[in-house]
Amino acid sequence: MSRTAFDRVKIARDPKRPTGLDYISGIFTGFFELHGDRRYADDPAIAGGLAYLNGRPVTIIAIEKGHTTKERTRRSFGAPKPEGYRKALRLMKQAEKFHRPVICFIDTSGANCGFGAEERGQGQAIAENLMDMMTLNTPVISILIGEGGSGGALALAVADRVWMLENAIYSVISPEGCASILWKDPQKADIAAENLKITASDALTLSVIERMIKEDDLGQPSFYAGIRELLTAELAVLEKNDHLLEDRYERFRRIGKGI
Amino acid sequence: MSFLNFRKPTNELETGGRTAAPVHSDESEPELTCPNCHKSIPVSRLWANLNTCPCGHHFRISARQRIRILTDRDSFREMDGDLRSRDPLSFAGYQEKLETARISSSETEAVICGTAEIMGNKCCFFAMEPSFMMGSMGTVVGEKITRLFEYALEHRLPVIGYTVSGGARMQEGLLSLMQMAKTSGAVKRHSDAGLLYIVILTDPTTGGVTASFAMEGDIILAEPGATIGFAGARVIEQTTRKQLPKGFQKSEFLLEHGFVDAIVPRKDQRQTLGDLLKLHGGETQ
Repeated sequence: MSRTAFDRVKIARDPKRPTGLDYISGIFTGFFELHGDRRYADDPAIAGGLAYLNGRPVTIIAIEKGHTTKERTRRSFGAPKPEGYRKALRLMKQAEKFHRPVICFIDTSGANCGFGAEERGQGQAIAENLMDMMTLNTPVISILIGEGGSGGALALAVADRVWMLENAIYSVISPEGCASILWKDPQKADIAAENLKITASDALTLSVIERMIKEDDLGQPSFYAGIRELLTAELAVLEKNDHLLEDRYERFRRIGKGI
Repeated sequence: MSFLNFRKPTNELETGGRTAAPVHSDESEPELTCPNCHKSIPVSRLWANLNTCPCGHHFRISARQRIRILTDRDSFREMDGDLRSRDPLSFAGYQEKLETARISSSETEAVICGTAEIMGNKCCFFAMEPSFMMGSMGTVVGEKITRLFEYALEHRLPVIGYTVSGGARMQEGLLSLMQMAKTSGAVKRHSDAGLLYIVILTDPTTGGVTASFAMEGDIILAEPGATIGFAGARVIEQTTRKQLPKGFQKSEFLLEHGFVDAIVPRKDQRQTLGDLLKLHGGETQ
Protein backbone atom coordinates (compact mmCIF):
# COMPACT_ATOMS: atom_id res chain seq x y z
CA MET A 1 0.00 0.00 0.00
CA SER A 2 1.51 3.31 -1.00
CA ARG A 3 0.95 6.16 1.39
CA THR A 4 -0.48 9.50 0.33
CA ALA A 5 1.36 12.70 1.19
CA PHE A 6 -1.23 13.45 3.86
CA ASP A 7 -0.81 9.96 5.40
CA ARG A 8 2.81 10.88 5.90
CA VAL A 9 1.84 14.23 7.42
CA LYS A 10 -0.13 12.31 10.07
CA ILE A 11 2.75 9.89 10.70
CA ALA A 12 5.24 12.76 10.93
CA ARG A 13 3.06 14.42 13.58
CA ASP A 14 2.44 11.30 15.66
CA PRO A 15 3.34 12.16 19.30
CA LYS A 16 4.61 8.58 19.75
CA ARG A 17 7.32 9.10 17.14
CA PRO A 18 10.88 9.39 18.49
CA THR A 19 11.75 13.03 19.23
CA GLY A 20 15.04 14.91 19.14
CA LEU A 21 16.24 13.76 22.54
CA ASP A 22 15.50 10.12 21.66
CA TYR A 23 17.86 10.46 18.69
CA ILE A 24 20.50 12.07 20.87
CA SER A 25 20.46 9.25 23.43
CA GLY A 26 20.18 6.58 20.73
CA ILE A 27 23.05 7.75 18.53
CA PHE A 28 25.52 9.59 20.78
CA THR A 29 27.21 9.11 24.14
CA GLY A 30 27.97 11.52 26.97
CA PHE A 31 25.48 14.22 25.97
CA PHE A 32 25.95 17.40 28.00
CA GLU A 33 23.22 19.95 27.42
CA LEU A 34 24.05 23.64 27.10
CA HIS A 35 21.31 26.17 27.75
CA GLY A 36 20.42 29.71 26.80
CA ASP A 37 21.05 32.25 24.08
CA ARG A 38 23.01 34.66 26.36
CA ARG A 39 20.62 37.40 25.30
CA TYR A 40 17.21 36.73 26.72
CA ALA A 41 16.27 33.18 27.71
CA ASP A 42 16.59 29.46 27.25
CA ASP A 43 14.11 27.99 24.81
CA PRO A 44 13.10 24.43 25.77
CA ALA A 45 11.89 23.83 22.19
CA ILE A 46 15.53 23.43 21.19
CA ALA A 47 17.94 21.15 23.03
CA GLY A 48 21.59 21.66 22.25
CA GLY A 49 24.89 20.50 23.59
CA LEU A 50 28.00 18.39 23.31
CA ALA A 51 28.37 14.65 22.84
CA TYR A 52 30.50 11.93 21.28
CA LEU A 53 29.73 10.33 17.96
CA ASN A 54 31.65 7.05 17.75
CA GLY A 55 34.20 8.59 20.12
CA ARG A 56 34.59 11.98 18.47
CA PRO A 57 33.22 15.24 19.90
CA VAL A 58 30.32 16.87 18.07
CA THR A 59 27.83 19.67 18.69
CA ILE A 60 24.19 18.61 18.55
CA ILE A 61 21.16 20.83 18.09
CA ALA A 62 17.74 19.23 18.23
CA ILE A 63 14.23 20.59 18.13
CA GLU A 64 12.41 18.75 20.90
CA LYS A 65 8.63 18.35 20.93
CA GLY A 66 8.41 16.23 24.07
CA HIS A 67 6.21 13.15 24.59
CA THR A 68 3.81 13.86 27.46
CA THR A 69 1.27 16.68 27.35
CA LYS A 70 3.04 18.49 30.15
CA GLU A 71 6.38 18.17 28.42
CA ARG A 72 4.97 19.16 25.04
CA THR A 73 3.43 22.30 26.51
CA ARG A 74 6.71 23.22 28.23
CA ARG A 75 8.54 22.83 24.93
CA SER A 76 5.94 24.82 22.94
CA PHE A 77 5.21 21.65 20.90
CA GLY A 78 8.58 22.03 19.24
CA ALA A 79 7.94 25.52 17.89
CA PRO A 80 11.17 27.44 18.63
CA LYS A 81 11.18 31.07 19.65
CA PRO A 82 13.80 33.60 18.53
CA GLU A 83 15.89 32.74 21.61
CA GLY A 84 15.89 29.10 20.50
CA TYR A 85 17.35 29.98 17.10
CA ARG A 86 19.83 32.33 18.76
CA LYS A 87 20.90 29.57 21.16
CA ALA A 88 21.37 27.26 18.18
CA LEU A 89 23.55 29.83 16.41
CA ARG A 90 25.59 30.41 19.56
CA LEU A 91 26.31 26.69 19.81
CA MET A 92 27.15 26.46 16.13
CA LYS A 93 29.69 29.27 16.43
CA GLN A 94 31.13 27.52 19.46
CA ALA A 95 31.41 24.35 17.37
CA GLU A 96 33.24 26.29 14.67
CA LYS A 97 35.67 27.67 17.25
CA PHE A 98 36.51 24.21 18.61
CA HIS A 99 36.49 22.51 15.19
CA ARG A 100 33.54 20.26 15.97
CA PRO A 101 31.01 19.26 13.34
CA VAL A 102 27.37 20.21 13.91
CA ILE A 103 24.51 17.76 13.68
CA CYS A 104 20.93 19.08 13.74
CA PHE A 105 17.70 17.17 14.26
CA ILE A 106 14.65 18.99 12.97
CA ASP A 107 11.06 18.36 14.00
CA THR A 108 8.79 21.40 14.03
CA SER A 109 5.44 22.46 12.66
CA GLY A 110 7.09 25.87 12.29
CA ALA A 111 8.72 28.68 14.19
CA ASN A 112 6.78 29.85 17.24
CA CYS A 113 3.79 31.96 16.36
CA GLY A 114 3.03 34.47 19.11
CA PHE A 115 3.31 38.01 20.39
CA GLY A 116 6.58 37.47 22.23
CA ALA A 117 8.22 35.74 19.28
CA GLU A 118 7.34 38.66 17.00
CA GLU A 119 8.36 41.22 19.60
CA ARG A 120 11.79 39.61 19.87
CA GLY A 121 12.31 39.36 16.11
CA GLN A 122 11.41 35.86 14.92
CA GLY A 123 12.09 36.86 11.32
CA GLN A 124 15.41 38.47 12.18
CA ALA A 125 16.52 35.44 14.22
CA ILE A 126 15.80 33.03 11.36
CA ALA A 127 17.40 35.35 8.80
CA GLU A 128 20.56 35.58 10.87
CA ASN A 129 20.82 31.78 11.09
CA LEU A 130 20.39 31.45 7.33
CA MET A 131 23.16 33.96 6.72
CA ASP A 132 25.62 32.75 9.31
CA MET A 133 25.14 29.02 8.71
CA MET A 134 26.08 29.57 5.08
CA THR A 135 29.61 30.52 6.13
CA LEU A 136 29.95 28.44 9.30
CA ASN A 137 33.38 26.90 8.79
CA THR A 138 32.71 23.40 10.05
CA PRO A 139 30.72 20.50 8.58
CA VAL A 140 26.96 20.62 9.21
CA ILE A 141 24.53 17.74 8.71
CA SER A 142 20.81 18.25 9.31
CA ILE A 143 18.27 15.45 9.60
CA LEU A 144 14.53 16.04 9.37
CA ILE A 145 13.01 13.45 11.70
CA GLY A 146 9.34 14.49 11.69
CA GLU A 147 7.88 17.79 10.60
CA GLY A 148 10.01 20.24 8.65
CA GLY A 149 7.84 23.33 8.88
CA SER A 150 8.96 26.22 6.70
CA GLY A 151 11.50 28.84 7.80
CA GLY A 152 11.42 27.44 11.32
CA ALA A 153 12.95 24.21 10.00
CA LEU A 154 15.22 25.82 7.40
CA ALA A 155 16.82 27.93 10.15
CA LEU A 156 18.63 24.72 11.23
CA ALA A 157 19.02 23.22 7.76
CA VAL A 158 21.49 25.42 5.90
CA ALA A 159 23.78 22.40 5.93
CA ASP A 160 26.25 20.45 3.79
CA ARG A 161 23.94 17.45 3.84
CA VAL A 162 20.23 17.35 4.58
CA TRP A 163 18.63 13.97 5.18
CA MET A 164 15.02 13.02 5.81
CA LEU A 165 13.33 10.15 7.50
CA GLU A 166 11.11 8.17 5.14
CA ASN A 167 7.95 9.59 6.71
CA ALA A 168 9.22 13.04 7.54
CA ILE A 169 7.83 16.05 5.68
CA TYR A 170 9.46 19.28 4.56
CA SER A 171 7.23 22.13 3.45
CA VAL A 172 7.04 25.86 2.85
CA ILE A 173 3.64 25.99 4.60
CA SER A 174 1.44 23.51 6.47
CA PRO A 175 -1.03 21.72 4.17
CA GLU A 176 -3.88 23.13 6.29
CA GLY A 177 -2.54 26.68 5.99
CA CYS A 178 -2.08 26.31 2.26
CA ALA A 179 -5.61 24.91 1.79
CA SER A 180 -7.22 27.66 3.83
CA ILE A 181 -5.37 30.42 1.95
CA LEU A 182 -5.85 29.00 -1.55
CA TRP A 183 -9.26 27.38 -1.26
CA LYS A 184 -10.61 28.84 2.01
CA ASP A 185 -11.02 25.28 3.22
CA PRO A 186 -8.58 23.60 5.64
CA GLN A 187 -10.38 20.32 4.94
CA LYS A 188 -8.63 20.24 1.58
CA ALA A 189 -5.28 19.79 3.34
CA ASP A 190 -4.84 16.40 1.67
CA ILE A 191 -5.00 18.02 -1.78
CA ALA A 192 -2.62 20.75 -0.67
CA ALA A 193 -0.19 18.14 0.73
CA GLU A 194 -0.17 16.38 -2.64
CA ASN A 195 0.44 19.62 -4.55
CA LEU A 196 3.11 20.99 -2.22
CA LYS A 197 5.44 17.99 -2.78
CA ILE A 198 6.43 17.62 0.84
CA THR A 199 7.47 13.98 1.21
CA ALA A 200 11.04 12.72 1.50
CA SER A 201 10.90 11.19 -1.97
CA ASP A 202 9.61 14.49 -3.41
CA ALA A 203 12.44 16.37 -1.70
CA LEU A 204 14.91 13.84 -3.09
CA THR A 205 13.51 14.27 -6.61
CA LEU A 206 13.72 18.07 -6.26
CA SER A 207 17.37 17.70 -5.09
CA VAL A 208 16.56 19.53 -1.88
CA ILE A 209 17.91 16.63 0.21
CA GLU A 210 20.67 14.05 -0.31
CA ARG A 211 19.30 11.01 1.47
CA MET A 212 16.12 9.32 2.63
CA ILE A 213 16.47 7.15 5.75
CA LYS A 214 14.30 4.03 5.97
CA GLU A 215 12.32 3.68 9.15
CA ASP A 216 11.37 0.00 9.24
CA ASP A 217 13.16 -0.31 12.58
CA LEU A 218 12.31 3.22 13.78
CA GLY A 219 13.39 3.76 17.38
CA GLN A 220 15.20 0.38 17.65
CA PRO A 221 18.91 0.16 18.56
CA SER A 222 19.65 -0.99 15.00
CA PHE A 223 17.95 2.16 13.65
CA TYR A 224 20.12 4.51 15.71
CA ALA A 225 23.23 2.43 14.95
CA GLY A 226 22.50 2.81 11.26
CA ILE A 227 22.29 6.61 11.53
CA ARG A 228 25.47 6.64 13.65
CA GLU A 229 27.35 4.85 10.88
CA LEU A 230 25.90 7.10 8.18
CA LEU A 231 26.90 10.24 10.11
CA THR A 232 30.39 8.93 10.84
CA ALA A 233 31.02 8.06 7.20
CA GLU A 234 29.60 11.33 5.89
CA LEU A 235 31.60 13.48 8.32
CA ALA A 236 34.77 11.74 7.16
CA VAL A 237 33.93 12.81 3.60
CA LEU A 238 33.04 16.39 4.57
CA GLU A 239 36.15 16.85 6.66
CA LYS A 240 38.35 16.07 3.70
CA ASN A 241 36.55 18.65 1.56
CA ASP A 242 38.70 21.74 0.99
CA HIS A 243 35.80 23.55 -0.69
CA LEU A 244 33.25 22.99 2.06
CA LEU A 245 31.79 26.51 2.05
CA GLU A 246 31.83 26.90 -1.73
CA ASP A 247 29.98 23.59 -2.01
CA ARG A 248 27.47 24.60 0.66
CA TYR A 249 26.77 27.86 -1.16
CA GLU A 250 26.40 26.01 -4.45
CA ARG A 251 24.11 23.41 -2.82
CA PHE A 252 21.49 26.15 -2.38
CA ARG A 253 22.59 28.40 -5.25
CA ARG A 254 21.68 25.85 -7.91
CA ILE A 255 18.04 25.55 -6.76
CA GLY A 256 16.08 27.54 -9.30
CA LYS A 257 19.18 28.57 -11.22
CA GLY A 258 18.21 27.04 -14.53
CA ILE A 259 15.03 29.04 -14.99
CA MET B 1 22.27 63.85 11.53
CA SER B 2 22.58 67.40 10.33
CA PHE B 3 23.74 66.38 6.90
CA LEU B 4 20.24 65.11 6.22
CA ASN B 5 18.86 68.64 6.33
CA PHE B 6 19.41 72.10 4.95
CA ARG B 7 20.58 71.28 1.49
CA LYS B 8 19.62 73.22 -1.55
CA PRO B 9 17.38 71.30 -3.93
CA THR B 10 19.64 69.75 -6.51
CA ASN B 11 17.07 68.50 -8.96
CA GLU B 12 13.46 68.86 -9.94
CA LEU B 13 12.22 66.09 -7.65
CA GLU B 14 13.47 67.89 -4.60
CA THR B 15 12.00 71.18 -5.72
CA GLY B 16 8.57 69.71 -6.06
CA GLY B 17 8.83 66.45 -7.88
CA ARG B 18 7.93 65.04 -11.20
CA THR B 19 4.20 64.46 -11.20
CA ALA B 20 2.33 61.89 -13.18
CA ALA B 21 -0.60 64.21 -13.71
CA PRO B 22 -1.06 67.94 -13.39
CA VAL B 23 -2.31 69.06 -10.00
CA HIS B 24 -5.72 70.62 -10.39
CA SER B 25 -9.10 70.36 -8.75
CA ASP B 26 -11.49 68.80 -11.16
CA GLU B 27 -14.93 67.95 -9.77
CA SER B 28 -15.10 64.77 -11.83
CA GLU B 29 -11.67 63.55 -10.85
CA PRO B 30 -11.45 60.11 -9.23
CA GLU B 31 -10.82 60.10 -5.52
CA LEU B 32 -9.44 57.57 -3.07
CA THR B 33 -10.53 57.21 0.53
CA CYS B 34 -7.64 57.09 2.96
CA PRO B 35 -7.92 54.03 5.24
CA ASN B 36 -6.33 56.04 8.04
CA CYS B 37 -8.12 59.43 8.12
CA HIS B 38 -11.12 58.29 6.02
CA LYS B 39 -11.01 61.47 3.94
CA SER B 40 -11.40 61.41 0.19
CA ILE B 41 -8.38 62.63 -1.71
CA PRO B 42 -8.23 63.45 -5.43
CA VAL B 43 -5.91 61.03 -7.18
CA SER B 44 -3.85 63.83 -8.70
CA ARG B 45 -3.23 65.30 -5.26
CA LEU B 46 -2.15 61.88 -3.97
CA TRP B 47 0.19 61.59 -6.90
CA ALA B 48 1.73 64.97 -6.38
CA ASN B 49 2.40 63.76 -2.86
CA LEU B 50 4.15 60.49 -3.91
CA ASN B 51 0.97 58.56 -3.10
CA THR B 52 0.87 59.59 0.51
CA CYS B 53 -2.13 61.15 2.23
CA PRO B 54 -1.72 64.54 3.96
CA CYS B 55 -2.47 62.62 7.21
CA GLY B 56 0.75 60.65 6.67
CA HIS B 57 -0.72 57.39 5.42
CA HIS B 58 1.49 55.79 2.77
CA PHE B 59 -0.45 54.10 -0.01
CA ARG B 60 1.14 51.10 -1.70
CA ILE B 61 2.98 51.91 -4.89
CA SER B 62 4.37 49.78 -7.68
CA ALA B 63 8.00 48.81 -8.16
CA ARG B 64 8.22 51.01 -11.29
CA GLN B 65 6.90 53.98 -9.33
CA ARG B 66 9.60 53.43 -6.72
CA ILE B 67 12.25 53.34 -9.42
CA ARG B 68 10.92 56.60 -10.85
CA ILE B 69 10.72 58.32 -7.47
CA LEU B 70 14.10 57.19 -6.17
CA THR B 71 16.61 56.78 -8.96
CA ASP B 72 18.24 59.49 -11.03
CA ARG B 73 16.44 60.10 -14.30
CA ASP B 74 17.21 57.50 -16.97
CA SER B 75 19.84 55.85 -14.76
CA PHE B 76 17.99 52.57 -14.14
CA ARG B 77 19.12 49.57 -16.19
CA GLU B 78 16.97 46.53 -15.60
CA MET B 79 18.58 43.09 -15.21
CA ASP B 80 17.04 39.64 -15.72
CA GLY B 81 13.66 41.10 -16.66
CA ASP B 82 13.08 38.10 -18.90
CA LEU B 83 13.07 35.46 -16.13
CA ARG B 84 9.67 33.81 -15.78
CA SER B 85 8.28 31.21 -13.40
CA ARG B 86 7.52 27.91 -15.07
CA ASP B 87 5.35 26.16 -12.50
CA PRO B 88 8.06 23.67 -11.45
CA LEU B 89 5.73 21.57 -9.27
CA SER B 90 2.73 21.60 -11.64
CA PHE B 91 0.74 23.11 -8.78
CA ALA B 92 -3.03 23.20 -9.31
CA GLY B 93 -4.14 26.62 -10.64
CA TYR B 94 -0.66 28.20 -10.56
CA GLN B 95 -0.31 28.78 -14.31
CA GLU B 96 -3.56 30.74 -14.33
CA LYS B 97 -2.50 32.75 -11.27
CA LEU B 98 0.78 33.67 -12.94
CA GLU B 99 -1.02 34.75 -16.09
CA THR B 100 -3.44 36.92 -14.12
CA ALA B 101 -0.59 38.45 -12.15
CA ARG B 102 1.33 39.28 -15.34
CA ILE B 103 -1.69 41.00 -16.81
CA SER B 104 -2.72 42.90 -13.69
CA SER B 105 0.79 44.07 -12.80
CA SER B 106 2.23 44.43 -16.33
CA GLU B 107 5.35 42.80 -14.89
CA THR B 108 6.92 39.40 -15.49
CA GLU B 109 7.63 38.67 -11.82
CA ALA B 110 7.33 40.01 -8.28
CA VAL B 111 10.66 41.84 -8.17
CA ILE B 112 12.44 44.25 -10.50
CA CYS B 113 16.24 44.37 -10.31
CA GLY B 114 18.89 46.46 -11.96
CA THR B 115 21.60 49.05 -11.61
CA ALA B 116 20.86 52.69 -10.98
CA GLU B 117 22.19 55.93 -9.62
CA ILE B 118 20.71 57.63 -6.58
CA MET B 119 21.79 61.29 -6.37
CA GLY B 120 24.84 60.40 -8.38
CA ASN B 121 25.77 57.30 -6.39
CA LYS B 122 25.94 54.12 -8.44
CA CYS B 123 24.22 51.10 -6.87
CA CYS B 124 22.34 47.90 -7.49
CA PHE B 125 18.64 48.35 -6.88
CA PHE B 126 15.65 46.08 -6.38
CA ALA B 127 12.01 46.81 -5.72
CA MET B 128 9.37 44.17 -5.10
CA GLU B 129 6.01 44.41 -6.83
CA PRO B 130 2.90 44.17 -4.62
CA SER B 131 0.46 43.58 -7.46
CA PHE B 132 2.30 40.43 -8.59
CA MET B 133 0.96 37.74 -6.23
CA MET B 134 1.62 40.12 -3.31
CA GLY B 135 5.33 40.11 -3.91
CA SER B 136 5.64 36.44 -3.02
CA MET B 137 9.05 34.81 -3.45
CA GLY B 138 9.35 31.82 -5.74
CA THR B 139 12.38 30.61 -7.65
CA VAL B 140 12.46 33.59 -10.02
CA VAL B 141 12.36 36.20 -7.25
CA GLY B 142 15.05 34.26 -5.36
CA GLU B 143 17.17 33.92 -8.48
CA LYS B 144 16.87 37.60 -9.44
CA ILE B 145 17.77 38.81 -5.94
CA THR B 146 20.70 36.36 -5.80
CA ARG B 147 22.00 37.43 -9.22
CA LEU B 148 21.74 41.07 -8.19
CA PHE B 149 23.85 40.52 -5.05
CA GLU B 150 26.36 38.45 -7.04
CA TYR B 151 26.58 41.21 -9.64
CA ALA B 152 27.00 43.80 -6.88
CA LEU B 153 29.77 41.70 -5.35
CA GLU B 154 31.56 41.32 -8.66
CA HIS B 155 31.34 45.05 -9.41
CA ARG B 156 31.79 46.15 -5.78
CA LEU B 157 28.51 48.05 -5.64
CA PRO B 158 26.16 48.74 -2.74
CA VAL B 159 22.65 47.28 -2.89
CA ILE B 160 19.49 49.28 -2.16
CA GLY B 161 16.35 47.17 -1.87
CA TYR B 162 12.64 47.74 -1.30
CA THR B 163 10.68 44.82 0.12
CA VAL B 164 6.96 44.19 -0.05
CA SER B 165 5.93 40.57 0.23
CA GLY B 166 3.45 38.13 1.66
CA GLY B 167 6.34 35.66 2.03
CA ALA B 168 7.48 32.56 0.20
CA ARG B 169 5.30 31.50 -2.72
CA MET B 170 3.33 28.39 -1.78
CA GLN B 171 2.84 27.26 -5.35
CA GLU B 172 6.56 26.52 -5.73
CA GLY B 173 6.69 24.62 -2.44
CA LEU B 174 10.11 23.61 -1.15
CA LEU B 175 11.81 25.36 -4.05
CA SER B 176 10.45 28.66 -2.70
CA LEU B 177 11.62 27.81 0.80
CA MET B 178 15.13 27.16 -0.49
CA GLN B 179 15.25 30.67 -1.96
CA MET B 180 15.39 32.01 1.60
CA ALA B 181 18.71 30.21 2.12
CA LYS B 182 19.95 31.02 -1.37
CA THR B 183 19.33 34.78 -1.13
CA SER B 184 20.75 34.85 2.41
CA GLY B 185 23.92 33.20 1.14
CA ALA B 186 24.30 35.83 -1.57
CA VAL B 187 23.70 38.67 0.92
CA LYS B 188 26.31 37.14 3.25
CA ARG B 189 28.98 36.96 0.53
CA HIS B 190 28.26 40.56 -0.46
CA SER B 191 28.42 41.61 3.20
CA ASP B 192 31.63 39.69 3.93
CA ALA B 193 33.28 41.58 1.06
CA GLY B 194 32.69 44.82 3.00
CA LEU B 195 29.88 46.05 0.80
CA LEU B 196 26.82 48.02 1.87
CA TYR B 197 23.23 46.77 1.75
CA ILE B 198 20.39 49.09 2.73
CA VAL B 199 16.90 47.62 2.82
CA ILE B 200 13.68 49.61 3.08
CA LEU B 201 10.72 47.64 4.42
CA THR B 202 7.34 48.65 3.04
CA ASP B 203 3.79 47.50 3.64
CA PRO B 204 3.55 44.54 3.99
CA THR B 205 6.81 42.67 4.52
CA THR B 206 6.10 39.29 6.07
CA GLY B 207 6.91 35.57 6.19
CA GLY B 208 9.85 34.13 4.34
CA VAL B 209 11.04 37.49 3.01
CA THR B 210 11.14 38.96 6.52
CA ALA B 211 12.99 35.81 7.63
CA SER B 212 15.62 36.26 4.93
CA PHE B 213 16.92 39.23 2.93
CA ALA B 214 14.54 41.83 4.44
CA MET B 215 16.21 41.50 7.85
CA GLU B 216 19.79 41.18 6.59
CA GLY B 217 20.62 44.78 5.71
CA ASP B 218 23.49 46.71 7.26
CA ILE B 219 20.92 49.46 7.58
CA ILE B 220 17.22 48.60 7.82
CA LEU B 221 14.75 51.41 7.14
CA ALA B 222 10.96 51.28 7.07
CA GLU B 223 8.14 53.33 5.63
CA PRO B 224 5.76 54.76 8.27
CA GLY B 225 2.92 52.47 9.32
CA ALA B 226 4.05 49.43 7.33
CA THR B 227 3.14 45.95 8.58
CA ILE B 228 6.35 44.01 9.13
CA GLY B 229 6.52 40.59 10.75
CA PHE B 230 7.10 36.88 10.40
CA ALA B 231 3.76 35.30 11.29
CA GLY B 232 0.53 36.98 10.20
CA ALA B 233 -1.40 38.82 12.92
CA ARG B 234 -4.58 36.86 12.19
CA VAL B 235 -2.76 33.54 12.51
CA ILE B 236 -1.24 34.66 15.82
CA GLU B 237 -4.66 35.65 17.16
CA GLN B 238 -6.12 32.30 16.11
CA THR B 239 -3.20 30.37 17.60
CA THR B 240 -2.92 32.22 20.90
CA ARG B 241 -6.61 33.21 21.23
CA LYS B 242 -5.47 36.60 22.47
CA GLN B 243 -6.17 39.97 20.99
CA LEU B 244 -3.10 41.78 19.73
CA PRO B 245 -2.46 45.39 20.77
CA LYS B 246 -2.99 48.26 18.38
CA GLY B 247 0.11 49.01 16.36
CA PHE B 248 1.43 45.42 16.60
CA GLN B 249 3.92 44.62 13.81
CA LYS B 250 3.88 48.20 12.53
CA SER B 251 7.11 49.99 11.60
CA GLU B 252 6.94 51.96 14.84
CA PHE B 253 6.62 48.71 16.85
CA LEU B 254 9.75 47.35 15.16
CA LEU B 255 11.66 50.57 15.78
CA GLU B 256 10.70 50.44 19.46
CA HIS B 257 11.86 46.81 19.72
CA GLY B 258 15.15 47.45 17.97
CA PHE B 259 14.59 45.79 14.61
CA VAL B 260 14.73 48.79 12.27
CA ASP B 261 17.24 51.64 12.25
CA ALA B 262 14.88 54.44 11.25
CA ILE B 263 11.46 55.19 9.83
CA VAL B 264 11.75 57.38 6.76
CA PRO B 265 8.72 58.95 5.04
CA ARG B 266 8.58 58.42 1.30
CA LYS B 267 9.28 62.06 0.47
CA ASP B 268 12.60 61.90 2.35
CA GLN B 269 13.81 58.51 1.15
CA ARG B 270 15.74 59.64 -1.90
CA GLN B 271 17.70 62.22 0.05
CA THR B 272 18.33 59.79 2.91
CA LEU B 273 19.55 57.05 0.58
CA GLY B 274 21.71 59.52 -1.32
CA ASP B 275 23.24 60.75 1.93
CA LEU B 276 23.85 57.25 3.27
CA LEU B 277 25.41 56.10 0.01
CA LYS B 278 27.65 59.16 0.03
CA LEU B 279 28.61 58.54 3.65
CA HIS B 280 29.74 55.03 2.67
CA GLY B 281 31.94 56.41 -0.06
CA GLY B 282 29.52 56.22 -2.95
CA GLU B 283 30.72 53.75 -5.52
CA THR B 284 33.30 51.52 -3.86
CA GLN B 285 36.52 51.37 -5.77
